Amino acid sequence: MYLATRYEYGGDEFLFVELSEEMSLEANFTAMAITKKLSEMEIEGIQDICPSNASYMVRIDPDVIKADDLIQELKRIEKSVENLDNVEIQSRLVDVPVLFEDPWTHETVMRFRERHQDPESTDIEYAARINGYDSKEDFIEAMTSSPFLVSMIGFVPGLPFCFQIVPREKAIEVPKYVRPRTFTPERCFGFGGGFSVVYPVDGAGGYQMFGISASPVFDGEQKLPDFQDSMVFPRQGDIFRYRRIDRDEYDSVRNQVENGTFEYRKKDMSFTPAEVLKDPEAFSQMALRRLYND
Amino acid sequence: MIKVLKPGIEATVQDNGRIGYYELGMPPSGAMDKFSYSVGNWLVGNQDGAASLEATYMGPALEFQEDATIALTGGELPPKVNGKSVSMWETLKVKSGDILSFDFVKNGARIYLSVAGGINVPEIMGSRSTYTLCGIGGFEGRSLKEGDTLHIGNDQQDDVKEGTKVSSEFVPQYTKQHEIRVVVGLCSYRLTEHSLQNFLKTEWTVTPEANRVGYRFKGEKVEFIPREQPFGAGSDPSNVVDLGYPVGSIQIPGGVEPIALLNDAVTGGGYVTVATITSTDLNRIAQTKTNEKVKFESVTLNQALEERNAHRSNLSKIKDSIQQQQ
Repeated sequence: MYLATRYEYGGDEFLFVELSEEMSLEANFTAMAITKKLSEMEIEGIQDICPSNASYMVRIDPDVIKADDLIQELKRIEKSVENLDNVEIQSRLVDVPVLFEDPWTHETVMRFRERHQDPESTDIEYAARINGYDSKEDFIEAMTSSPFLVSMIGFVPGLPFCFQIVPREKAIEVPKYVRPRTFTPERCFGFGGGFSVVYPVDGAGGYQMFGISASPVFDGEQKLPDFQDSMVFPRQGDIFRYRRIDRDEYDSVRNQVENGTFEYRKKDMSFTPAEVLKDPEAFSQMALRRLYND
Repeated sequence: MIKVLKPGIEATVQDNGRIGYYELGMPPSGAMDKFSYSVGNWLVGNQDGAASLEATYMGPALEFQEDATIALTGGELPPKVNGKSVSMWETLKVKSGDILSFDFVKNGARIYLSVAGGINVPEIMGSRSTYTLCGIGGFEGRSLKEGDTLHIGNDQQDDVKEGTKVSSEFVPQYTKQHEIRVVVGLCSYRLTEHSLQNFLKTEWTVTPEANRVGYRFKGEKVEFIPREQPFGAGSDPSNVVDLGYPVGSIQIPGGVEPIALLNDAVTGGGYVTVATITSTDLNRIAQTKTNEKVKFESVTLNQALEERNAHRSNLSKIKDSIQQQQ
């Protein structure tokens, strides 16, 4: 795939670099590789490196480093990672339990019907239909049978943007709400454009709402074992499998979260972008086997 | 200790912000008007980065329960000690039992209360700034409430004499019309040329939705160039594949009502951003309020950097003059 890189100034303190206008695993892996290398270089004057889906952003102190000098460096880095075979991604396979069509999300879905493309359907009915699925069940099956790559963290602390590891023709795409909502429940499992997300906290949002994750992605008090090092659980490069659960399992996970014992089912692994790009389906199945079989 | 008698509107503890956590989705937070915040700290002899109180539109009423050196900077919210007017942009002494309060805002929008020693709250990720959405930092992660008690910290490095002043030539004047400089770019290619020109010509009105997260403006609708949307972006022409948002970047969801994203804004998302407010003028947008008018003036990166240098040179003149008065 051809990446047409665009370098843009975000005022005097930010550089925005778009590798591709459309989302692809390759653009994401390239952005990941560039930002990783950039951060290892520890260049003076760089204050923040923010990798995103098919782009990345750098905050600089322009009194220390000139934007145009950094652009030259970024071009060199981009060239050096052209061959993604040499890039190794440290990742975790993570099981994320999701209750679809839960009562709390449903209440919010109904509350904001007038901001939706199709006020007569629920979000999940609408999304299933426009993606060509005969039933909600088939649609949920499609979302839960292949894992997602965490392609960006952002919006609010800990929100993982997740891009499903499937061939393009199987990728799900849904519009965002016509007008963004003023409320989304904490841990809501949403989908917008080509990305699924879990909303870390109550707040605004514009993605279609399908369900709720039983496990948190943000823990400001850092009580749970998975949050000892950071308030934020997801990391770019992680692979999340959204697993459909029933109400009993949901309640049981919530209890574990409340009493501080919940821990994600997860496994460390490393992979190269080439392994994923060559055969996304085979990679996905291998990842699931690793996660659930010892 | 400082006791909060009345909380005012959105009074929060702020400092230079939480820098370096964009990749976690953590916005920088911090003082909205860094000019006023920095000068305030100098007037009380604090180290750079000491925490201050930021209040918006309506100041709090505070009772000092110990003697303290303070300074008030920012927008014109006329301050009073025990009901008697006191000056802004000047080092003041208050005694235990004194009550600081404010009259209604005359000009500008935000005031900073700096206290010698700084406001003592725990540092979270290298900053004492409040980020209310996630309840992080500042005083219990939230705006002040009646009955809260703030502790004064140890971030003072110099004693500054009472009556030390900032010369009036350096005190910003705020009117109800604002020219805010922006560097056009990011995804501005998505706008029609006509719309981009209109965006720059329009006198935008600040809506009531104007806070630390962002400012929303009313004016003309803008048009995007029609296209078949790239994969992953979503179907509205104002959608792009979710990307990072610089502080100060301006987005126009659906082509109506631009939003300037500020210190507590979301760090990324899927709307087209068309320009970014310069770092210097972020201080000025922070002092605009509902129903005031804003025009966005397009500048080149070099012009923005020149402005930044001029701004820095003013700051160092102010710092020097404070030191010379000792």
